[in-house]
Amino acid sequence: MAFESFADFLAMGKHGFYVWSAYGISAFLIIASMVLALRGQGQVRQTLARQQRRAELDAEVNDESRT
Amino acid sequence: MLGSPRYFYTFSSSVLPWLTPIALVTLLAGLVWGLGFAPSDYQQGNSYRIIFIHVPASSGALMGYMALGVAGLVAVVWRMKMAEVMLKAIAPFGAALAAISLVTGALWGKPTWGTYWQWDARMTSMLILLFMYVGVIALQNVIRDPRQAARAAGLLAMVGVINVIIVKYSVEWVQTLHQGSTLKLFGESTINPAMKYPLLISMLGLWLLYAVNVLMRARTEVMWRERRSKWVAKLVTRPEKGEQ
Repeated sequence: MAFESFADFLAMGKHGFYVWSAYGISAFLIIASMVLALRGQGQVRQTLARQQRRAELDAEVNDESRT
Repeated sequence: MLGSPRYFYTFSSSVLPWLTPIALVTLLAGLVWGLGFAPSDYQQGNSYRIIFIHVPASSGALMGYMALGVAGLVAVVWRMKMAEVMLKAIAPFGAALAAISLVTGALWGKPTWGTYWQWDARMTSMLILLFMYVGVIALQNVIRDPRQAARAAGLLAMVGVINVIIVKYSVEWVQTLHQGSTLKLFGESTINPAMKYPLLISMLGLWLLYAVNVLMRARTEVMWRERRSKWVAKLVTRPEKGEQ
């Protein structure tokens, strides 16, 4: 460990503000991009599943009206 | 045959489950080492620890843009579908990394040089890199037809490669506030090894995470573009094992 105590670690000399805001903003942007990528995947899957179900229902209705 | 969308989907399904944890663990290990265990700098004290995210993000943003340029070239000249997909998948994380590079650079500059920002060659060309990424993303969102969107975005991506070269060599060609590289791929690095190894590890971790992000986004795009095909229809009704 390069620091004497945890308080020392947080203080980063006198530069705690600069170091921790740099890492905070970076973490936010990286996590946001990962979450958006994951969410996009789920959304496309859901949309396609919904479209497919609707198409299947339409097909059933058509079959019934024919008989 | 990564050029086939279907093959790409199966391939990425087998890569992501192990690449994702490896990327996260590598990045965290590098950052913990750099933040808590690497020695402090004899001139800059502890503010230099911003390097462990600043350099990985900046190099990631530059490499990502080079990849974007290649995807642009292939999409424009050979109109390959997977290149169009990649053009869309590479840009967002690259834009995030360019933004991180600028913000962390400013926060490092203040305690070190006494200013958050200066309109010099390095910083200005990095800001332009962020705009190029945003431009490529915006073009793809504005143009309805995906193939036409890919052509326009591909051209912009290719033009922007010139700017990447300017970013890279700006510290050597002209006087700037930004320090020169201390980490060299070829030849002797001038950085202390106790700082070099955590830096290399966090760099590798962030690049791998970039790859994970690109694969995830490319899968979404492939699925959407191939939505009328049988294999996607099957995938939607019967999800693969281990997927939500």
